[in-house]
Amino acid sequence: MSILTSTVPTAPAGGGGPHHPTRVPSGRGLSWAQVRAALPGALRKLDPRSLVHQPVMFVVEVGAVLTTVLAILEPTVFAWWVAVWLWFTAGFATLAESVAEARGKAQASTLRATQHATTARKVVASQDTLDTGTRLDLLETTVVPSSTLGVGDVVVVEAGETIPGDGDVVEGVASVDESAVTGESAPVIRESGGDRSAVTGGTVVLSDRIVVRITAPAGSTFVDRMIALVEGSERQKTPNEIALNILLTSLTIVFLLAVATLQPFAAYSGHKQPVLVLVALLVCLIPTTIGALLSAIGIAGMDRLVQRNVLAMSGRAVEAAGDVDVLLLDKTGTVTYGNRRAVRLLPVGTVRHDELAAAARLASLADETPEGRSIVELVDDALEPGQALPAGAELVPFTAHTRMSGVDLDLGTDDQPEAYRLRKGAGSAVRQWLHSTGAHVTEADAAQLAGYVDDVSRSGGTPLVVAEQTGQAPARVLGVVHLKDVVKEGMRERFDALRAMGIRTVMVTGDNRLTAQAIAAEAGVDDFLAEATPEDKLAYIRREQHGGRLVAMAGDGTNDAPALAQSDVGVAMNTGTSAAKEAGNMVDLDSDPTKLIEIVEIGKQLLITRGALTTFSVANDVAKYFAILPAMFAGVFPQLEVLDVMRLSSPESAILSAVVFNALIIVTLIPLSLRGVRYQPAAADALLRRNLLVYGLGGLVAPFVGIKLLDLLVSLIPGV
Amino acid sequence: MTSTVWITLGQVGLLLAALALVHAPFGAYMARVYASPRHTRAERAWYRLVRVDPDAEQRWSTYLFSLLGFSLASVLLLYGLGRLQEHLPGSLGLPGLDPDGAWNTAVSFTTNTNWQWYSGEAAAGHLLQMAGLAVQNFVSAAVGMAVAIALVRGFARSGTDARVGNFWADLTRGVVRILLPIAAVAALVLVANGVVQSLDPHTAITTVEGGTQHALGGPVASQEAIKELGTNGGGFFNANSAHPLENPNPLTNLLEIFLLLVIPFSLPRTFGLMVGDRRQGWAVLGVMAGLWAVAVGLTTWAELAGPGAAPAAAGAAMEGKETRFGLAASALFAASTTGTSTGAVNAMHDSLTAPGGGVVLFTMLLGEVAPGGVGAGLYGMLVLAIVAVFVAGLMVGRTPEYLGKKIGRGEITLVALYVLTTPAVVLVGSALAAVLPAGLDGIQDAGPHGLSEVLYAFASAGNNNGSAFAGLTVSTPFYNTLLGLAMLIGRFVPIALVLALAGRLAAQRAVPASAGTLPTHRPLFVGLVGAVALVVVGLTFVPVLSLGPVVESLS
Repeated sequence: MSILTSTVPTAPAGGGGPHHPTRVPSGRGLSWAQVRAALPGALRKLDPRSLVHQPVMFVVEVGAVLTTVLAILEPTVFAWWVAVWLWFTAGFATLAESVAEARGKAQASTLRATQHATTARKVVASQDTLDTGTRLDLLETTVVPSSTLGVGDVVVVEAGETIPGDGDVVEGVASVDESAVTGESAPVIRESGGDRSAVTGGTVVLSDRIVVRITAPAGSTFVDRMIALVEGSERQKTPNEIALNILLTSLTIVFLLAVATLQPFAAYSGHKQPVLVLVALLVCLIPTTIGALLSAIGIAGMDRLVQRNVLAMSGRAVEAAGDVDVLLLDKTGTVTYGNRRAVRLLPVGTVRHDELAAAARLASLADETPEGRSIVELVDDALEPGQALPAGAELVPFTAHTRMSGVDLDLGTDDQPEAYRLRKGAGSAVRQWLHSTGAHVTEADAAQLAGYVDDVSRSGGTPLVVAEQTGQAPARVLGVVHLKDVVKEGMRERFDALRAMGIRTVMVTGDNRLTAQAIAAEAGVDDFLAEATPEDKLAYIRREQHGGRLVAMAGDGTNDAPALAQSDVGVAMNTGTSAAKEAGNMVDLDSDPTKLIEIVEIGKQLLITRGALTTFSVANDVAKYFAILPAMFAGVFPQLEVLDVMRLSSPESAILSAVVFNALIIVTLIPLSLRGVRYQPAAADALLRRNLLVYGLGGLVAPFVGIKLLDLLVSLIPGV
Repeated sequence: MTSTVWITLGQVGLLLAALALVHAPFGAYMARVYASPRHTRAERAWYRLVRVDPDAEQRWSTYLFSLLGFSLASVLLLYGLGRLQEHLPGSLGLPGLDPDGAWNTAVSFTTNTNWQWYSGEAAAGHLLQMAGLAVQNFVSAAVGMAVAIALVRGFARSGTDARVGNFWADLTRGVVRILLPIAAVAALVLVANGVVQSLDPHTAITTVEGGTQHALGGPVASQEAIKELGTNGGGFFNANSAHPLENPNPLTNLLEIFLLLVIPFSLPRTFGLMVGDRRQGWAVLGVMAGLWAVAVGLTTWAELAGPGAAPAAAGAAMEGKETRFGLAASALFAASTTGTSTGAVNAMHDSLTAPGGGVVLFTMLLGEVAPGGVGAGLYGMLVLAIVAVFVAGLMVGRTPEYLGKKIGRGEITLVALYVLTTPAVVLVGSALAAVLPAGLDGIQDAGPHGLSEVLYAFASAGNNNGSAFAGLTVSTPFYNTLLGLAMLIGRFVPIALVLALAGRLAAQRAVPASAGTLPTHRPLFVGLVGAVALVVVGLTFVPVLSLGPVVESLS
């Protein structure tokens, strides 16, 4: 799934308008088309001025130049083969980076299509005279190019027009097509005030008319930043990448010293080595595999987030995601389904279960709220689907004042009408209604009712009391519907997995302590924050950070902004306010807070891929020594032939095979570096054991096999 | 042969039992020494005399400058004592040292290397031995321990402004509370076993036949004890611990091995206690002991098997070894002295079998971490642990951290430079000696063995070991100057880097461990650190080793 195509069908080749972006190949394998497209970039990157930033590969390039010069001066088949394969080694490295970038470039070009020159209807009056609440859309407007808009300008956008820049809706409501940015084709509602006020430049208003105050200057809008991010043009090396680069550079220097000083020792031993061979040895020893793939791994890590519709504003945030110790998750929408669902019916006194069920169903048939629907579903699942709502039924909607809803029916005949009323609602509200009809509830029934209401509350649920009234007779209480916050399926397992990874999950909710505790226990989170205000959240994050822990959270509202800014990984929902988006360091275009967990996994996968390939790269060197050292010195010290465990056909073939293996392993691992190594949540010890086995031991053994096989081929080349 | 095996096992068993018994309480004692807020009266008087405030916490840079200033003063003092020997009392009539010789010796003893280009009995009088060399044996050892403790404090502290302790207090306590008492007791035991302790350079003895013989004398026992305890290694006599007046019998031999291993093997405990997690100490000890055991095993095997033409002809590889110790005790001593940066020898390493010589050479090249010099072994091992953590930490999906401290750009830069320094010194030095005429002149044996001699000399100097392979004539200006440089760089550049690292770590806020944190106390990690040490050193030195000891061994 790619960012722009999650819901949009694949466009024919050559398409690529804002709403029909081309599908970007996902991480599997490396196609010829990708390679062809990346080749020009790969060649450009061979420019020593850009390659010097990757010291390992720069050394390879210097070696390639040197061997080429030597091959020209003293042309032999062997010299030319070595020179050519050293160029390949350097080329494969730049190719890896170029392929990784190309995937981003394709996405960038579709985004850029949304940025074609548009015009804006700007309100003429000067900014400071404008104030929210006045009928701004009646103000005089003038048409200006959208590229001239500045922060604070106010524009009017009507149905069919493109929103000229990022901003907040200050007046009106509109449905907006944001598919160009999110890939989601269903239009979204944007309205002034509240948490859905942010609009993105380049999206299209489908209905109505809104007034937007611009919050980002032209050229640095959200889409502009997205383009820069996915293209990698703003890519800066992340802290850990820099640190790893330093270690790789020092390893390169060590090997440079080892090879440079080998010549004096060889001279002492009476067997000076050709410079060509020393260069070949050096390139084989320095950590070229990881050196070549390091930046591709970083780009691909960002790209994997983009494929999940998450934009990281910096690579630093992706790395931090791997380090997260505490996840703050909103209860609603993340831990539980957004809505409460009916799970149980509790009849009171002499009321039969089916009697209560029928009444509850009837009371909810016209109720379009998710809770109401869930009651109908519960009854229909348990019993035969009942009949539809009789004609003439009148819905009594829920109001904050009555805190009840229900339905009024006429069960009688035309000449003898008999009103029938059903009510469901909070216990206190229904009790009041019962009282107002002069109902008399027996003490036993009242105690039973109170018991049910308490039980349901304590278990984290919401009790709905159902009562009926026939005609003018006193109303009668029927029972309690248990509405429950349903914990999403599989969440407990995910939290268990996170715990195994050493990550604590904290549920944040506005519910009271009792309810929060019950849901937290059911979901299996480690901790909860009940009756949480934004200040509580912020304080909690600060406390965790003070203890040295890294905190990740998701948020959307303006009041989430301080906490988002404070957290180490703050994922803002795309539906949220621009304040929230500005404060976070990632934006989830799908606005799915559960994605926080995936983001953490991607961060970890990125770091693991780096470590695994570094280990592999260094472990490879052992076999190369066994190939090259006997080849270099067996002439003067025949006893060193014992070290030639691979029994390679000739010294030249041995050296060349090692060089070719060294180059080919880079290409072989490009798909892995783009895809990331396999990652399953597990404790650190288990992860280390597995990865050491695969990449450490594998790295030790693989080149023995590879070099031997290549030697069989290389020995067929005449003149080697 | 069977009896040799039993004697070997008996000696190793006794040694291990003694170390196992002592290391925990002794490690705890050292932790208390460095953490104690109290000063003894003698210490306080000393601080007043040298006008330092022992309670002032120093930033890493101040700590380093204090250390460098102290070491510079030591070098100058030793240089002066050497150069002016003939004009000073207690010279025994020996002439002053040449400039290059005095330089080499001054650096050698200040850096805890104790590389000796001269014969102790023929070049150094009592004043130089006692006021110069013996004093440095104490203080250079205490300097190494101070640096290690500063690094441990870096791990143990959280969010300070890079303060790592007080150099003067650490130095003084190391000498007064740790080295002096043990050395004094050990010296008495040595004297009781026949090691000489007198101020009389020559004792005339009337032999049974009525002739007169001059027995060498001098303050040997007092120096012998600290020579081993401080992993210094500079012998009073040229023959070092092979000399019967330094190391008379198998018991003193075992005692000397014990002394040179006891501090390096106890410091991990100190470390574990100071960082508040004894398991971390066990892990470090595990790596050290594992590498040491492999080195001892391989050397013993090589010497007992005695491969090669000469040992085969002679029946055993006894050339250059003392019959009173035998092959096994010589191998045990050789592996321990090279593993600890001591450099004392009870057999001539030049005469070890080719693989045996290769193993002890490799043990030094490991960077003196098996278990390493006093202090130097611990900080060297912690640096290797950081390298291991850096790569392995990534493989568990977190940015690397060790003991709650993140290993970021600054930390890894310091570690990378540390790992780079000694190999650079050893390789460049050896390469120069292998091509320059002045270097080639000193090489006694042609072919691979000659290369082994040169490599051994620079490995010994660069890693501050001080043992000599012999066979190489090093008393020339070329070798004195170059090896002096190797010792100086090999000692103080890593120390500067370690202290900078300590400062950075102390300033960091600690991250609490979780199930996602790489556990650094499990066998898997112990194996990993060992593998990192072997692979990094192996890959660096395999080319040159293959032209020296490897070729020799395969011959």
